[in-house]
Formats: sequence, structure tokens, C-alpha cells
Amino acid sequence: MGPGTTSRRAAGLSMAVLAAAGGLVACSSSSGGDAATDASQAGTYTIWDPYPQHDKSSEWVELLETCGAQAGATVQRTAYDTTDLTNKTLLAAQQGNAPDVLIVDNPVVSTLAEAGVLTTTEENKLDTSAIAPNLLGAGQIGGKTYGVPIGANTLALYYNENVLEKAGVDIASVRDWASLTAALEKVKAAGDKGITFSAIGTEEGSFQFLPWFWGAGAQLTALDSPQGVAAVELWTDWLRKGYAPNSVINNTQTTSWQEFAGGDYAFAENGTWQLANAQKAGFAYGIIPIPAKDGGTAPAPTGGEFVSIPVQKDTGRYATSQKLVTCLTSTDNSLTTTTALSYVAPTEQVQAKQVAENPDLAVWVEAVKAAKGRTSDDLGTKYPRISEPMWGAVQAALSGSKNPQQAMADAQAAAASATR
Amino acid sequence: MHAAASAAARGARAGRWAAWAFLAPVVVYLLVFYAYPLYRNVDLSLRDYTVRSFVQGDAPFIGLANYAKVVGDMTFGPALWHTVVFTLVSLGFQFAIGLALAVFFYRNFRLSATLRALFLVPWLLPLIVSASTWSWMLNSDSGVVNAALGVFGVGPVHWLTSPDWSLWSVTLANIWIGIPFNLVVLYSGLQSIDPVVYEAAALDGATGWQRFWKVTFPLLRPVSAITLLLGLVYTLKVFDIIWIMTKGGPSDSSTTFATWSYRLGFGNLLPAFGPGAAVGNLLIVAALASGLIYIRVQRRLALP
Repeated sequence: MGPGTTSRRAAGLSMAVLAAAGGLVACSSSSGGDAATDASQAGTYTIWDPYPQHDKSSEWVELLETCGAQAGATVQRTAYDTTDLTNKTLLAAQQGNAPDVLIVDNPVVSTLAEAGVLTTTEENKLDTSAIAPNLLGAGQIGGKTYGVPIGANTLALYYNENVLEKAGVDIASVRDWASLTAALEKVKAAGDKGITFSAIGTEEGSFQFLPWFWGAGAQLTALDSPQGVAAVELWTDWLRKGYAPNSVINNTQTTSWQEFAGGDYAFAENGTWQLANAQKAGFAYGIIPIPAKDGGTAPAPTGGEFVSIPVQKDTGRYATSQKLVTCLTSTDNSLTTTTALSYVAPTEQVQAKQVAENPDLAVWVEAVKAAKGRTSDDLGTKYPRISEPMWGAVQAALSGSKNPQQAMADAQAAAASATR
Repeated sequence: MHAAASAAARGARAGRWAAWAFLAPVVVYLLVFYAYPLYRNVDLSLRDYTVRSFVQGDAPFIGLANYAKVVGDMTFGPALWHTVVFTLVSLGFQFAIGLALAVFFYRNFRLSATLRALFLVPWLLPLIVSASTWSWMLNSDSGVVNAALGVFGVGPVHWLTSPDWSLWSVTLANIWIGIPFNLVVLYSGLQSIDPVVYEAAALDGATGWQRFWKVTFPLLRPVSAITLLLGLVYTLKVFDIIWIMTKGGPSDSSTTFATWSYRLGFGNLLPAFGPGAAVGNLLIVAALASGLIYIRVQRRLALP
């Protein structure tokens, strides 16, 4: 199938979607269909995103089409699996056919920027002034910004009200690590299970460990600091005392959620994206921010994607791409975007609107405000090289092959040699 | 005379062209799908690829530095050991159980065809299904295996989450998946043995045990050799089962060369293509070496 066929079909499809959306009589509608054949290169803008769960009839794709129409472009959207997207983008950039607009997981931005795949906001004229600085941080390397966060999510603690009630735990008493551990002890004594999380040997494991690591006051540049070791000890202790199941070592965030949804667990560390499933779980639940070691909200790592504009040979394309991205991230549309993707908005203004619409989101907005990008603090591409030894250390300590101190010391040595 | 000779030469030349034309599709296929990817993989392993140089295409040539890095890595020793243990233990059990079942089904009792078909199920299931099922069954807290052990008063075993057990768990799953292949190939091998030989052995008063070791086993040797070789190549590169069940963990305790290569190249936010390709090439060399050993063995068998 030639590119012409694809774009014609995509154009036809976009028209169908527009018609279905109703009321959107775009000025460019007369130039759809056939015109797309001869103007297929100039008028068609490719967008890659990591949301294969949103199909062609979803709100998200509808929004893309609308924004495309407003920018006077035909949008050709392709969805990839998150891990796949990075490699696909690198390969495409190598071949010189990167997409016009790329929506990519925030810790990957620094990798792609390092590869020279992304344009800076100076070049592409994207406005980032309204974006919360802690969210923008993940896309900033060496003083330059490589995209706009489309929305954010992060981790918090879900709790099962029935289990806590049975154990006689008042959720308001859970303010720091000591009180959380005390609550887990009570739950175990009452015959239920304590807490579940994901400590799998992938980036997911690091993502889940970071709130505790940062919550202890540790820095990614010193994994073996007393604070860092304290965080590993907290988890190891929970496992040894049976407050957390041994399966956490192999749990993804999804399997960990399934354990919690079974109804026996008091707590689960999980993200915004499980909200819809929590409502279906069939028991009363609540959410609290993850407590820091000595109280207060621990900084959790930010999840969520950045919208960025990859480097093109034809720099004239940036103008339309910029319009597309602005449409997706502007204050007016951000509410639609973040609702479609179930994210917390990256700007305070829209966050306020979201909470007004859905008070349940308040705790998430709180958590996102305290959150921190993994590649922030100018770590950039050093982060992956620190993260891998870190999740390895957590696994080694939890499975008992090393003690926490030794595990973190070895991890620090490995990270130091990898980032040198 | 002259004219005839030149016509013959012309015919021969045309024949040669025709031969090349017939050969072309295969040659092109081999070049595009085998030689070039192999060349790229070797090239990848000899250059210092960062994400930047991967995109720009100007990665400097660094000789064997990636190999030195991989061999010097803390993971190398354990990964090599795990690969050897995983492969040999899997092969041994798959072959032994496969052969035992083949001999068993060779007797053709009632329902034997149905039972044999049931034994093929592991082979037919997509790996993602069987590996996920194994990982649920072996789950420390809610797995059926630990529940069954609990009935006999045996405490829970951390099949997938203990560094002492994870390698054995993935090996166990791999043995289960590999048995049908061995069963099928060895069963068809058994059928090619002339029943007359068995009859003669029986007349000479050979016991069942002797018949197996003195007749079946030697006559099955060529089939056994190819089964083991194919099994070896297949087992060396097993990736999906391990990745789905343990991701090579906890802390590398079930990492083999195949999972390590993947993790280097794709399992991290920052891909290390060079070292990843180097590990992959080591695997190819190992498979190639066993292929050469097979050819030697074949030749020795062919000689009377």
C-alpha cells in the first residue's frame, strides 16, 4: 500500500470522525478527500502517541482531528506501545522521517533531546509560561526546554476503608512512615494484608520506589546515603514482617493493583490511572498522598507525557506543528485533553477547574504539585543509568540476596561508573 | 562441427544464465534477510553507539571494546552460568521425558492418540499465555503451587521472587514447553525403526530394558542428534518465558544472555545498542559452534 492510499484513507477517516463529532464544519473540509492526494506531503501532519488504548472513535483522537482542522492540516495519528515508541522514534529520526508531533513519556524526553531528535521551545516557539515548573523540569536539560507536558499523573496510596475499619485504624493518623508501619501492624494483627506495591526489575520498580526514596530526603546522586538506605530498609522490613507480600518483587503496577482489588489489602501504592478501576472494585476506598519519612507529602515522580516537535529537514513545518501542539495544550483545550487522557492538568488554572468538576481529584492535584521529574535536577540521561542499579538494589534487598546497606552501596558504585 | 560446438557453448552459457536466474530469489532472500541483518548486528557491536550517534549515524569504530565491556561486566559471569544451566538442564529433561513418552505411546494402546494430542497442548499455546499461566501458578502468595504445597504442610516457596529458585522455575516452565517437540520428533523416529529388529531381539531373549538400550537407543541416534541440536539452538535463545515470568530477576538471578541482550538494547530508557548487539553475537557464535559440532558428529555417524 503506497503512502497515497494511506493518507487518502486517513483523510477520509478524519472526515468521517469530523462528521460524527458534528457541528464542526471546518473551512478545510472542501480540501479533504481528493485534495489530500496531491497535497499529501504538505498538508498531512503525523502525530505519534503512546496511547494505543484510545482507538479511532475515542475522545482523544477526536481532539487530534479537531486541532488538525484548526491548524489547517490533515492529521495522521499512529499509536505505539510506550516502550516501543522510543525505539521507533530513534529509528525514524535516523532515517530522517520523524513525526511532526511526538507525544512521549517524560523521562524519555532527555534521551531524545540528547540524540538531537527534538527541537527546543526557542526554535519551535511553544509557550510554556503557564506550566508548573516541577512538571516542566523533566523536559529541561542544560537550560533548554524540549516540549510541553500534556498532563501529569503520579502515585499516591489507595486504602480500603473496610479493612482499616476492621483493624481499627484511623486513616487520619497515617502521617509518616512510623504511623503507616503501625497501621500495617494493626491490619496484619486483624488478619488482613498490609500493603502492596510494585518492585519489579524494570523502570516501573524505580518509579514506585522513588516516593519513599525522595520522601526520606535522599538524592539520586547518592544512592547509598543513610536516607536512601532507610527507604530500602522500610520496604525490606515490611516484607520481612509480612506487612507486604513477597510477590511485590515481581509485581507490575497492574498485578499489584489486582492484589489490592481482591479486597484483602489495606493499602496499595498506585496511580491516577487506576481511579476508574477503584470505583469498580466494589469496596469503599480512599486516597492519601504518600507520606514522607517524618511527615508531609513525599515527592512522587511525575508520570505523563510531553508533547514535543521533532527536528525536520523542512523547518517550515514547525509553524503548523506549533499550532497543533498549542491547540492540544492551551488553557482552553487542556481540560478536554486531560479529561480524555485522565491526567491532572499541567497548569494551576486548569487544575482548579478539574477539582471544581471532580472533587475526588483534589488529592491527586496535591500529589502532582509535590511531584518531581525523574530526569529533573539536570540529571537528564544520567537518570536511566542511576535507575537501573537502583531497581536492582531494591530487588536484591527485598529478595534477601544482599542487605540494604550493601545493596545500595553496590548500586551507587555501579551508577557512579555508568554516569562518569 | 564448428557450428555445433559454438551452439553447444551458447546453450551452456544460456543454461548458466538460467541457473543464476533460478538462484537469484534465494540469493536475494539470503542477502536481505540473513546476511545484511547479521552484518548490521556485527557492525553495531563494533561501534560506540550512543543515542546521539545512533541517530546521526556517525558512531566511531571502537573494535572489540563493547565485547570487552560485556565480558568485564558484573552480569557476564552469572549470565553465562545461567545460560549454560538453563540450556543443559532444559535439554536433558525435555529429551529424557520426551523419549520416555514417545516409547510409551509407541505401544499404541487405546486412547493413545488422544493422549498424545493432549501432550501437544504446551506447544500450541502462545508463549505469552503459557508463561503468564506459569507465573500465576508459581506466585508466592496466591499461586496454586504454593497452595498445593500448603496442603502437605510445606511452607510457601518463593518460586519467582527468591534468587535461589527463580532460575529453576523458569527452567521448569521451559521443560514443560519443550517436551511436545521432543515427543513428536522422537515418536516419528521410533516409527522408522524396522519391527523386524525387535522381533530378532526378542527371539534372542532380550529383555525389555535390553531392547531399549541395545536396539531403540542406538537406532534412534541420528534422530536424537537432530532433536538435541534443534533443542539447543532453540533453548539458547529462549527469551519470552524468562522475561514474562521474572524479567531475569530478582537481581539478575535468572538472567541469561538472551534476556541480558534485550535489557541492554531495549529494557532501559537509555538503550545501549553496542553492548546489546555484542551479547547477541556471542549467542549466535554459541549456536554456530553447536551446529558445527553436530555436523562433525553427523559425519562420524555416516562413516561405517
